[in-house]
Amino acid sequence: MRSILLGGEADFTGWRDHARSLILADVPPEDVSFVTQDGAPGLFEEASHHAQPQGETEFRVPRRFVELAEQAALHRDADRFDLLYRILWRLRREPELLELASDPDIARLHAMAKAVGRDIHKMHAFVRFRAVVTAEGEQFVAWYEPDHHIVEAATPFFARRFTNLVWTILTPERSAHWNGAELLFGPGATRAEAPKEDELEALWLSYYASIFNPARPKPQAMRAEMPTRFWHNLPEARLIAPLLAGAEERTQEMIARAPTKPAVRRGAKHPDPAAAEQRAEAADDLLQLKREALECRACPLWAPATQTVFGEGPKNAPILLIGEQPGDQEDLAGRPFVGPAGKILDRALADAGLDRARAYVTNAVKHFKFEPRGKRRLHKKPSVGEIRACAPWLEGELTLVAPKIVVMLGASAAQAMLGRSASVMKQRGRVFDLPGGRHGLVTVHPSYLLRLQGDDERHEAYQDFVKDLKLAVRFQAKQA
Amino acid sequence: MDLKSKLEILADAAKYDASCASSGGAARDSRDGKGIGSMEGMGICHSYTPDGRCVSLLKILLTNSCIYDCLYCVNRASSNVRRARFSVEEVVRLTLSFYKRNYIEGLFLSSGIIKDSNYTMEEMLRVVRTLRNDHDFRGYIHLKLIPNADESLVTEAGLYADRVSVNIELPKPESLDRLAPRKNIRNIRRSMGRLRATIEEAQAERKTFAPAGQSTQMIVGADDASDSAILETSANLYSSYNLRRVYYSAFSPIQDSSRHLRLSDAPLMREHRLYQADWLLRFYGFGLGDIQSAATKNGMLPLDIDPKLAWALGHRHLFPLDLNRASREELLRVPGLGVKTVERIVASRRVRALRCDDLARLKVSLRKVAPFVILPDHRPTRLSDRDNLARLITPPQPEQLSLGFDVA
Repeated sequence: MRSILLGGEADFTGWRDHARSLILADVPPEDVSFVTQDGAPGLFEEASHHAQPQGETEFRVPRRFVELAEQAALHRDADRFDLLYRILWRLRREPELLELASDPDIARLHAMAKAVGRDIHKMHAFVRFRAVVTAEGEQFVAWYEPDHHIVEAATPFFARRFTNLVWTILTPERSAHWNGAELLFGPGATRAEAPKEDELEALWLSYYASIFNPARPKPQAMRAEMPTRFWHNLPEARLIAPLLAGAEERTQEMIARAPTKPAVRRGAKHPDPAAAEQRAEAADDLLQLKREALECRACPLWAPATQTVFGEGPKNAPILLIGEQPGDQEDLAGRPFVGPAGKILDRALADAGLDRARAYVTNAVKHFKFEPRGKRRLHKKPSVGEIRACAPWLEGELTLVAPKIVVMLGASAAQAMLGRSASVMKQRGRVFDLPGGRHGLVTVHPSYLLRLQGDDERHEAYQDFVKDLKLAVRFQAKQA
Repeated sequence: MDLKSKLEILADAAKYDASCASSGGAARDSRDGKGIGSMEGMGICHSYTPDGRCVSLLKILLTNSCIYDCLYCVNRASSNVRRARFSVEEVVRLTLSFYKRNYIEGLFLSSGIIKDSNYTMEEMLRVVRTLRNDHDFRGYIHLKLIPNADESLVTEAGLYADRVSVNIELPKPESLDRLAPRKNIRNIRRSMGRLRATIEEAQAERKTFAPAGQSTQMIVGADDASDSAILETSANLYSSYNLRRVYYSAFSPIQDSSRHLRLSDAPLMREHRLYQADWLLRFYGFGLGDIQSAATKNGMLPLDIDPKLAWALGHRHLFPLDLNRASREELLRVPGLGVKTVERIVASRRVRALRCDDLARLKVSLRKVAPFVILPDHRPTRLSDRDNLARLITPPQPEQLSLGFDVA
């Protein structure tokens, strides 16, 4: 049995160097043990006495093992380095060992690495600095007691966070000091060497007491995350007992006490900002209509949607285009045809000789109908009932805009205008009369083009779409 | 009024906002800066109060004066609570001195509405502008946005804040009409929609805008919405606005409550079940319908057992599953198996078949999973024979586990 003396509690590098030689010398784990403290002189073998490797000089271990081992090496368990060596030894014979999280050695490795990771995290959380004014200015000093050998591993975090402060963290085993440029480690210290107080702690305690909600005590949940062994170094922890003791009484008092007479606010009454907007819009009947539509709850679609997406365009636009309903992007923006289908529509209108800005663009249904699917919304076709519920708004737009021709994009638009379902492919390509002396034309919805797969097919469909739009453009020009 | 009294009033007024997350911001530190602060991905909870909530941020209101009169809110205009208002300099000083002592990860600033939305937003911006520009503060900032504030103010807020949020307040818009008559659901949702669009646009153009995204909060128990309705709203919000989190806040007794809203003990277990259900929706592949099927006829999740167990008991025909063969998706539905455990099981069983003692070493509670899985050395008795199953596998005292409030 050989004993290897490492250079300190956190000497992972030393362990790695020894372990490499030992593995290459084919020393089985039963024949070696690692110690971190020189307890009995003479028992330990010097590093140089290792059997020299024969033949093989290199071997590889998974990077994941090195990461886990580096962390587990900081565990306070005295056997940790022996465990790491045993796993290293086994890894050469069982290359998949690391995947076997249920293996006793691997389970222990994971548990140790996790405990160390948690301890580092808790140190980042629970260190409490106290300000000290020195000749060189303000410095910050903390006393902390970690569970494991983590001072070197945990303190670079503070150097990155408080680069421009001078600070010291004292622990029983090691101390760390940041002088503003360099992180220095020294021997352990005692609590007596740390500052006893900091005036600002009174404010911190006030905050802690005030942010606590006495109506929802959950002390077990608190203890799970902030175990009692940390409490004696947390200034706020002394409030825990009194806060809990008074919580029930404070809560019952809030419940029992009758509400006071509502305060009457003196001074200026705050006008409803919407009111001024309303007056400005009243002059414009299309805006007025839109404002009313924003509050529409005529069918259930209003609740899950972001907002009513009303039509937009000049009041006397010669062409009024009707789509089905707003999509995801339109719902967010509150404007029709701003998403992918809108881009196609803009291009097709331009190719047909009409600037989108000259057309009035709206939808048969003014709220987005969708089904939530994780982080996405899937479009759902509106029902006939929903189209009917939205009809008054469309009728209002038609009346106020009074276009020369109405272009119905897709089946839902046709349904809204004709009051019955119509085959887009059969109806398209001709201008026909609508009730009320209006004229209309049916064509596909631009999203139909987005769904087509083949390039040729899509190109052809796009040309047909532009052809239909041209028909509408020519028709309105003749009417002018 | 001295700073301590102001802090007491304005922290007390802020505590009903559940969010305290400090994760998800852009990674940074102070090595190339003049000030202090860093963000290394994972949030840090610096303390815990006896209500089980973490203290990660200095969570305060700029003022608790408010022109709104939302019945559920301690700060409503008609309440007789003491009012206070921080100066910009006071908030800056508190944030920096708390941060230097390692009490906090940063600032969560909210405010009552004073004068109007823009004025309030502008005052809040002065705080964060000073912290970021004058003090090169690189810690975390969560800003509550005021719905209706001008777009330019929102854009600036996103430049300084890691996270922004607008509260949906209540699960049903009808409740908002009733309990917060001057708040408008359209404004709230429009603000959330605009935030999603702005965040996505900034990501596409690699610009900075609220890198930790947006979140929201719903009060549970102030209206009559069922758990089923609440989760439907959550699913809607997650899908619509790409929220990092929906927080559920059990309506708890407040000082000087409104006579129109009856107070009772905070429904803490209900809140806990909602968080569990929310987790199932986001990380366990459960659909809204799955969760709703675990609820009782009146749409409420059982309080005595968790929603995953409730779902499994309602779908006994899908169990038991062979732990060494079932898909990852199936394993995620087994009561007692968490996401990480499932990953370890899937990796381990590639090497060799897992047995009972393997599960014990993976820290799986055999008591919980036993009725639902088959192992080479374990075959459960038929589930349908065991009507008292829920009682058998549930400890008599339901555990009040805290679900890491800090996971983004």
